[in-house]
Amino acid sequence: MNVAEPSDIAVKPRPPSPGLGLGAPRPGEEPDLQLVANLGYRARWRHAVWDLSESFRLSELFRALGWLDIKIKYRGSVLGPFWLTISTGVLVATLGVLYGELFHLKLHDFLPFIALSLVLWNFISMLIGDACLAFTQAESTIRSVRMPYFVFVGQNVYRNLIILAHNLVVIVVVFALFRIVPGWKALAALPALALWLVDSYALTILLGAFCARFRDVPQIVASILQIAFYVTPIIWKPSLLPVRQRWILPIDPFYSLFEIVRGPLLGTLPSHIVWASALGYSAALCAIAWLGFVRVRARIAFWI
Amino acid sequence: MSRIEVENVCVDFPLYHGNARSLKKSFMSAAAGRLGQDTQKRIVVQALRDIDFHLSPGDRLGLVGSNGAGKTTLLRTLAGIYEPVRGRVRVRGTLNALLDPQLGMKPDLTGRENILLRGLYYGLTRRQIRALEDDVQNFAELGQFMDLPVRIYSSGMVIRLGFGLATAIHPQVLLMDEWFLAGDANFMAKARGRIETMVRGAEILVLSSHQMETVALWCNKVIWMDQGRIRAAGEPFAVLEQYTGKPVVMTAPEDARPQLIVAPVTAKLPTS
Repeated sequence: MNVAEPSDIAVKPRPPSPGLGLGAPRPGEEPDLQLVANLGYRARWRHAVWDLSESFRLSELFRALGWLDIKIKYRGSVLGPFWLTISTGVLVATLGVLYGELFHLKLHDFLPFIALSLVLWNFISMLIGDACLAFTQAESTIRSVRMPYFVFVGQNVYRNLIILAHNLVVIVVVFALFRIVPGWKALAALPALALWLVDSYALTILLGAFCARFRDVPQIVASILQIAFYVTPIIWKPSLLPVRQRWILPIDPFYSLFEIVRGPLLGTLPSHIVWASALGYSAALCAIAWLGFVRVRARIAFWI
Repeated sequence: MSRIEVENVCVDFPLYHGNARSLKKSFMSAAAGRLGQDTQKRIVVQALRDIDFHLSPGDRLGLVGSNGAGKTTLLRTLAGIYEPVRGRVRVRGTLNALLDPQLGMKPDLTGRENILLRGLYYGLTRRQIRALEDDVQNFAELGQFMDLPVRIYSSGMVIRLGFGLATAIHPQVLLMDEWFLAGDANFMAKARGRIETMVRGAEILVLSSHQMETVALWCNKVIWMDQGRIRAAGEPFAVLEQYTGKPVVMTAPEDARPQLIVAPVTAKLPTS
């Protein structure tokens, strides 16, 4: 039983959450920690569920971690994360005007398109790049306390959402300049953004674990991302493709995921095929990520 | 009631990466003959082999053994950081593991921010976190440094911060690595009361140390670890004598010895 210490910080842990748990110490009749080797699949599944739900209980912690990451990165800088906003803004303006000129596109059409695309791409590529380091960078924490791995996933997703929020300024400015008011169709982007959130979690847990085990993966991921950036209609409009060949676009998961957010905001609802492709790829991603995590969760501490 | 049950636990370290070489090297010297292969023919270090013991409230277990014998790995396994490849670990009771001075502190964050993170980890409210801050600040005497990155602290300040933070949370099961007892004389004089309060409050203590006298003073059970196995276990003086090859000499005066063993001894330990 805890004895009152001189300074008496009565550290009373929260009431126990159901589960196997021991993210934080807490009293209870059940063992706070039970580790059994060679678990069956169902037990591993339960551990993985515990990991996920425990991370939400610690949501304040991962939000603080994500926020402090940004604070560290921009400590001492005058503009802080707004440097990213500025660099995105300059890139949008340059590319927009240059490509508009080269491909004879109307700026009124092209600039909002490329602003939206580049901001979204920034989010995806940074999220994926960071995901590769999600666990390896948390090495000292993982080795010193038992912490749900999803805390680091939440930290990665939350940090990148903050950066995305800073970059949104670029979109708002471009839309205001061209007096574009997204209509009611823009609401269709909301479920799409929810899907992005789920996918971000899945990508981080999958790449975080995979990159911890195989140290070559981050390089492979980086080059895949670079190719995807040029192959996917991000800085070029899908309408540049002849109509006959546009059926090929939804095969690219990046295209479908972009289109379900970008389309509604620019006033066109994505087709069923695009949605089906986005949902299909997302379901596959989540399934692989979850099953993989269930399988390797206990091993990650040995890999980092 | 807190409890620790460890049954036939084995822990293997796979050696995967090129950069695992440093780990490999550090293990090699101590672990000669302990490299094996697992079922998939990967090279693994057999860090723990057939570890088996039970602890009940009142038990103070000392772990002794040379570097690389598996003491820290055992503590990490009890803390739930490493999961065993064979066997079973059950821990009942709130747990605090003091494994390294940094304890996952982030060097780029300020002292205050590190305290905040620890508080959030333990699920404290904002008010409790402020109390934690005051307590740690008073103990660590950081003053203005509280709002400066830990990176620029002197090593003494880092130790004081880590120590103050670690000892502010009082668990039922306390796992302690030896760094905790190693500090300069001034610091130890100050820290002694704080450690002893925490140890007295804990129902179970597992302490890994190279200081035989500390182990003899603090513990009622000792396990001698050798190459990842339990070489001997039992009463402190007997096991320590076996380990060091000579009787343990107590230099501390009788009245300066801490009274740390509070509950009746009910440990069940395998005897060698």
